[in-house]
Amino acid sequence: MSLRRYVLRRTLLTLPILLGVSVLTFGLVKLLPGTPVDYVLQFQEATPELRAALRAQYHLDEPIWNQYLLWLSDVLHLDFGDRVVSDRSVTAAIAERLPETLVLGGAAFLIALLVGVPTGVVAAVRRGTFLDEGSRIVALAGIATPNFWLGLLLLLLFGVHLDLAPVIPPVAPLLAPESLAFLVLPSLTLGTASAALFTRLTRSAVTEQLRQEYVRAARARGLDERTVIVKHVLRNSLVSVVTVAAVQIAFLLDGAVVIERVFSWPGLGRLLVRAILQRDFPVVQAVVLLVATAVVVANLLADVLYAWLDPRITY
Amino acid sequence: MPRNPLDGRGRLRVRGFESDDADGDAEAAAATTPTTDRWRRAWTRFRRDHAAVAGLAVIAVMALLAVFARPIEVSGVVVQPVALAPYDPGASGIAPAYRPPSLAHPFGTDWAGRDVFSRVLYGGRYSLSIGVIAVSLALLVGVPLGAVAGYVGGWVDETIMRLVDVLYAFPFLVLAIALVAVFGQGFWKLVGALVAVGWIGYARLIRGEVLGVSERDYVLAARALGASDRRILRRHVVPNAIAPVIVQATLNVGTVVLSAAALGFLGLGLQPGTAEWGSMLSAGRDTLVGGEWWVTVFPGLAVFLFVLSINLVGDGVRDALDPDADTDTYREAR
Repeated sequence: MSLRRYVLRRTLLTLPILLGVSVLTFGLVKLLPGTPVDYVLQFQEATPELRAALRAQYHLDEPIWNQYLLWLSDVLHLDFGDRVVSDRSVTAAIAERLPETLVLGGAAFLIALLVGVPTGVVAAVRRGTFLDEGSRIVALAGIATPNFWLGLLLLLLFGVHLDLAPVIPPVAPLLAPESLAFLVLPSLTLGTASAALFTRLTRSAVTEQLRQEYVRAARARGLDERTVIVKHVLRNSLVSVVTVAAVQIAFLLDGAVVIERVFSWPGLGRLLVRAILQRDFPVVQAVVLLVATAVVVANLLADVLYAWLDPRITY
Repeated sequence: MPRNPLDGRGRLRVRGFESDDADGDAEAAAATTPTTDRWRRAWTRFRRDHAAVAGLAVIAVMALLAVFARPIEVSGVVVQPVALAPYDPGASGIAPAYRPPSLAHPFGTDWAGRDVFSRVLYGGRYSLSIGVIAVSLALLVGVPLGAVAGYVGGWVDETIMRLVDVLYAFPFLVLAIALVAVFGQGFWKLVGALVAVGWIGYARLIRGEVLGVSERDYVLAARALGASDRRILRRHVVPNAIAPVIVQATLNVGTVVLSAAALGFLGLGLQPGTAEWGSMLSAGRDTLVGGEWWVTVFPGLAVFLFVLSINLVGDGVRDALDPDADTDTYREAR
């Protein structure tokens, strides 16, 4: 099968998953106690006429599959309805928050890669040494640290005691220098666990590559060790690292929900948590659907990338 | 062992009947009864891993502290009278708010004047029991579903695994948050949400293992002898496929405890004000600016210590049960 046909087939396979995701997201809200009208009214008294009008507006008198199809067609047009707590549209609220989360997640991802991969390579090349053991212990600690606790401790140390960083986000455009300076602590916090995972993963991938024949061949040709590691071993190890990197998206999104609360970062995670506390379910639905779609697409990209990077794979 | 064939009293030494044979370690005895000795051999290997044993010890101490933190009553009868925690973890105003650590209050007091030390001790009850119960229940759901899917194949496999694929699209914490949002707060609802999210990993893992094991000759032999599918699956397939699942489950106790703490921190786990480690941090940000570091540091340290220990134990279990595998392949599968 050519790569192109594989990509096409793999893409088509995600469609039923996305459909399932949408059914689940739609169904989740139907499981809520009470009727949707109660949630729109925020459980306040209302005349029967108003209730009837709301029922008609939300198509609640239609059969459930019709409701789903109407909802789905709205969603496909990026229309998630209005927020319950204000008259703004859900889409506008998300469009406002999405860049914030993307910048935070992107920065964390970058930190995780830039710290994790080199550390993993060093640990593998210097196997059994102090460096290797040290990186193992730090990685174990990194995985075990609750990210919100790490964030609070960093805030305590750098924000309060050393007074080096602001404690609340500056009022400035997202990519302004103040905002980027503020982002250092949250992205470090978010990236720590991922960096630990990348370290361990790179280490095992590089260790495996070092056992291969071609490494001995390259050394026998008289290449210096640095060239062997960087040009040959690392390049081959990155195949497995890259695929896991794509899967890390889900992990980072999970982390962002918590970290954004710690640092008052106005992203999707904060929107989600606040919407839950306010019982603003159209927002909950939209954010959950968006996040799940992002994960499905990331997994698709990971598979395609893997197939493209390693031509030996038969699909 | 002396090479001398005579024992100390001049009689011929007859070897091999001693109950605690110093020479015959578990590995040698394994040939006779493979099923029971697989676990004994694993335990022998586990004990050699000092880090894992230390982790197990820390967990044991934390569990004991949690159990003996306050007396336990079962329908009016006190079954556990010891109270290691000096104060009631829920009682507010036992001291002025935000007292720094002192002899009377080793971890200080929080905004409501509650003793943080007592709350951290008591909080182990929530985190530890949520971790163990949620993972056990997730195993009870995921292992049978995944094993049946892999063994039966066909439309059963398709149905179960498509559901797993769909659920896999939701990040662990986001789905748990959404479920808590719909079903509400409270211990069992939180556990339910973590189980609903957690079983898919085990189902996926054991299905893959079962696919491999089902091809083995001993399964064919059992079938030729007329064993029922149910018996083959229970007696032959699952026991040979379960090792990676156990490793994953051990590591996942840490993940689940972290998630439960994160939910508590967000104010979505147990009822606000519960002495759960994560919930205790939910006021953390506001206290930081005031400099009340003890309110943040100690509960978080408890989570960290527990999760670190369970990860050490998980690594040890992996080395003991599945020596060829790499822990990182487990972590990658979350």
